[in-house]
Amino acid sequence: MLSKVFATIAVAITGSLLLHGVADFPGFGDPHSPANAGVPGSESVSQYFITKSYKDTKVPNLVTSVLADYRGYDTMFETVVIFAAGMAIFAILRVTGDRNVPAPRRIDESTFTDGDHSRIIVGTTCRLVVPVIQIFALYVVAHGHHSPGGGFQGGVILGASFIIIALSENLNAALRRLSETNYIRIACIGILIYAGFGVMCQVLDKNFLDYGVLQPLLFTDGPEMARSHSMLGVEIGVAFTVTAIMFAIYANLSSRGLLRSGL
Amino acid sequence: MILAFDIVILVFLVIAAIISLSVKDLLSASMIYGIYGFLICLLWAEMGAVDVAFTEASVGAGISTVLLVATVFNTKRKSSD
Repeated sequence: MLSKVFATIAVAITGSLLLHGVADFPGFGDPHSPANAGVPGSESVSQYFITKSYKDTKVPNLVTSVLADYRGYDTMFETVVIFAAGMAIFAILRVTGDRNVPAPRRIDESTFTDGDHSRIIVGTTCRLVVPVIQIFALYVVAHGHHSPGGGFQGGVILGASFIIIALSENLNAALRRLSETNYIRIACIGILIYAGFGVMCQVLDKNFLDYGVLQPLLFTDGPEMARSHSMLGVEIGVAFTVTAIMFAIYANLSSRGLLRSGL
Repeated sequence: MILAFDIVILVFLVIAAIISLSVKDLLSASMIYGIYGFLICLLWAEMGAVDVAFTEASVGAGISTVLLVATVFNTKRKSSD
């Protein structure tokens, strides 16, 4: 009881200090705040992105051009973080060879009969919805530099479509479409695609991930379009890794690392 | 930024946060956490950060709720504290 009183007092003091600090913030979207306009003597970097990013990269979505081009190194290691999370889940949860561990809930596929109406409704709905979800995910990936979206979001949606298959039927049905060997392979290929774009730039005597130099390889009109196309390639790499890892995390969590029946 | 929207979303956000922390059933807690993620997504979309809102809708409200539910099914459903 006493600890709860102390916790409440601590939370109240911290909260009031935070609220006091918020009062000094510049207004929402204030163009003259230091973050947006810079301080006297040095121009703000956001000013540069807003005015120059379309000229530099021919990508209408400013967020994607910052994430995949100007800050491409960051995004590459974000993808590596996702990959490392997947590998950590794999290392902690995956059980191989031990047949004595009981599966949490076993759904026999022979129970899927004509009399089982609830499973028919759920299964048919999901079979109809999954292709639509997957096409939307590919659209989000491919259109990420023109509209909101990109590799991370599209990859998560694509991974979710496999999770829906696993939820509506069972884990084995999803694993038949994306097996364990394949999702680990796809996760590695995604990072290799991203890093490959960087290494190609180095081969052509420029900095890592300086896409403009890829112009002769991509047959584009100028270095700007080369940067735009390379961003698409890099997003596809991100989508590969995120799709595979999202499904891998779900498959290992739901079946306690046995990869048998699932939920 | 529309003030009336903000107030409605923030009030629901606080309610969802308190309920998801205080409810005993872990499955309901994770579902309400999904609602919390979706409300934050609405808030960001309303503030003009569409890319962040999209990420929150797919990752925060979508996948992480599914992962939490998958984990809850492998544990006891009621919280002991």
